[in-house]
Amino acid sequence: MTEMRYAHAINRALDDAMAADRTVLLLGEDIGKAGGSFAVTRGLQEKYGADRVIDTPISENALGGMAVGLALSGFRPVIEIMFMDFMALTMDALVNQAAKAHFMFGGQSSVPLVVRTQHGGGLNAGPQHSQCLEAWFAHIPGLKLVCPSSLEDAYGLLRQAIDDPNPVIFVEHKAMYPIKGDLPEHRAKLEIGTARLVRPGTDVTIVSYGGMMREAIKAVDLLAAENVSAELIDLRSIQPWDEASVLASLARTHHLVVAHEAVEAFGVGAEIVARMADIGFDELDGPIIRVGAPFMPVPFSRELEASYIPAAAQIVDAARRALK
Amino acid sequence: MSLPAVVEHLKLYRQMLTIRLAEQACGKLFADGAIPGFIHLSIGQEAVSAGIMSALTNADTIASTHRGHGHALAKGLSLSGFFRELMGRANGVCGGRGGSMHVADFSVGMLGANGIVGGGIAIALGSGLAHKLRGTQAVSVAFFGDGAMAEGVLHESLNIASLLPAPVFFACEANGWSEFSPTSAQISFTLEALAASYRIPFHRIDGNDVRKVSAIAKEIITTIRESGRPIVVECVTRRVRGHFEGDPQRYRTDTEQAVDPLSFTRAALAAEGVAPDALDDIDREVEAEVQAAIASAAESPLPSFASAQAGVYAAAMP
Repeated sequence: MTEMRYAHAINRALDDAMAADRTVLLLGEDIGKAGGSFAVTRGLQEKYGADRVIDTPISENALGGMAVGLALSGFRPVIEIMFMDFMALTMDALVNQAAKAHFMFGGQSSVPLVVRTQHGGGLNAGPQHSQCLEAWFAHIPGLKLVCPSSLEDAYGLLRQAIDDPNPVIFVEHKAMYPIKGDLPEHRAKLEIGTARLVRPGTDVTIVSYGGMMREAIKAVDLLAAENVSAELIDLRSIQPWDEASVLASLARTHHLVVAHEAVEAFGVGAEIVARMADIGFDELDGPIIRVGAPFMPVPFSRELEASYIPAAAQIVDAARRALK
Repeated sequence: MSLPAVVEHLKLYRQMLTIRLAEQACGKLFADGAIPGFIHLSIGQEAVSAGIMSALTNADTIASTHRGHGHALAKGLSLSGFFRELMGRANGVCGGRGGSMHVADFSVGMLGANGIVGGGIAIALGSGLAHKLRGTQAVSVAFFGDGAMAEGVLHESLNIASLLPAPVFFACEANGWSEFSPTSAQISFTLEALAASYRIPFHRIDGNDVRKVSAIAKEIITTIRESGRPIVVECVTRRVRGHFEGDPQRYRTDTEQAVDPLSFTRAALAAEGVAPDALDDIDREVEAEVQAAIASAAESPLPSFASAQAGVYAAAMP
């Protein structure tokens, strides 16, 4: 095991992928000389050169389209979109071009493209630098989206995303970059679409992912103090998501809570709940409860943002309601 | 005219005629309901497609527009694959999943027509960067209409192409129309001045004279291959049909006769001494090719939904 920060695990995955495959390219704003606004790509341009770690102007739209052109031409571009909010500027390239090229050209081509971006609050970055927009992309056939919470998963999923012949959105969390953890010496790729059982339990299943996993772990501990045994599942991949693992857990606990930092309404949780209400109906002994942000923009001030982001107490409360 | 020059000119004529007859047939098939959806014809603009593509090889790539039939056929899409696609057949170039706005053939460097105005420009930029990174001398061509000059992605892509630099031929087909509005009502600048802003060389070509388009495109492509730098070319032409087939064009005021590139070339060939019989023979051959392609498409199987549904994601290489 090597202790390092979350940002370093992502850097290591990029480094290893570039060393393994000469067609892997990094492109983005200030990722080369400047090393990335969160220092995730630091040192890679020095190591691999400006032809493989390419600084681009602040042109998210053309950056996305250019990456599609590179991917259609046999390269494996990994682009960085500095904040997930800025993905709004790449939508045509990702939604109309990348997601559909394999399908609409009858399988003539694939688009092995990775978009690295980061979402979430916690840094008081305000309404245009904090949003969790993963549901937008999970709604688009042809795209994949992953959202790892641990260093090991971040490493494994990023390596796998780069290998994947399809466009994959790789969502990091800005508040997690400095968090320390262990990366195994034997660093393995991780199949997209597999959830991880983080804590086994018997009374209620909590499904979460990404930054909200930290609150979910706290919630499991708080519930244990109330003699409630919660089973915690880290989804890791949002599109595709591991429906079978969630259903299997529901079959054990018969109660379900889904928690994420993104706005609750029309979110990832809504899809999970709807599917479980359908295929898991016979297993359910109570209502399925969602925990997500309120339906409002992410506010700036410390006090407002702290009230906005769902916390462990809300997950605990949701579990109690699910069990009532 | 030397014999090789006349032979080359005849090839260009034949290419333009193939596009014209194919598109005229598209119009009929669309009106009859045999081609569903939306189609956008490039009748009157054939000299641009035939001329520019005569300067390219299969290693060169193009990204096209919603008005892309001519680009596709001139780049080397087979007539049968083309008609099968537009008629929604399983053996169309895209398996019947894309249709007119998404015809593509990667084996000849045709990276797709595009349903989004300006949607292909940055893709061509990426393809050009790929050529550069591979160290080949291939060039990519970004086709766009004058309406797409209003799209931000053109500006972003010109800037990046100039900075990198990337070997991209930015080909504006200036047909005078931005969907249902005259381009003059939508664009406050000239493409020449825009190119200059990004320090990219600019050429304006008479887009209705295929021999001129071909000759200048060859020079420009050679320059791009040698310099690795982008060039912007404005091909002035005229959209003869509506924005889409079925467009009643009540907004149209340009009623003067456009120069027809096909008649122009036919007359030029006759003046060069090509016998009318020889031209008539070509006309008959091309018409037969188009009709054979349509007949084969009409007999082709329809795609299966299960196969389409299984084709959303590419399978990982083993």
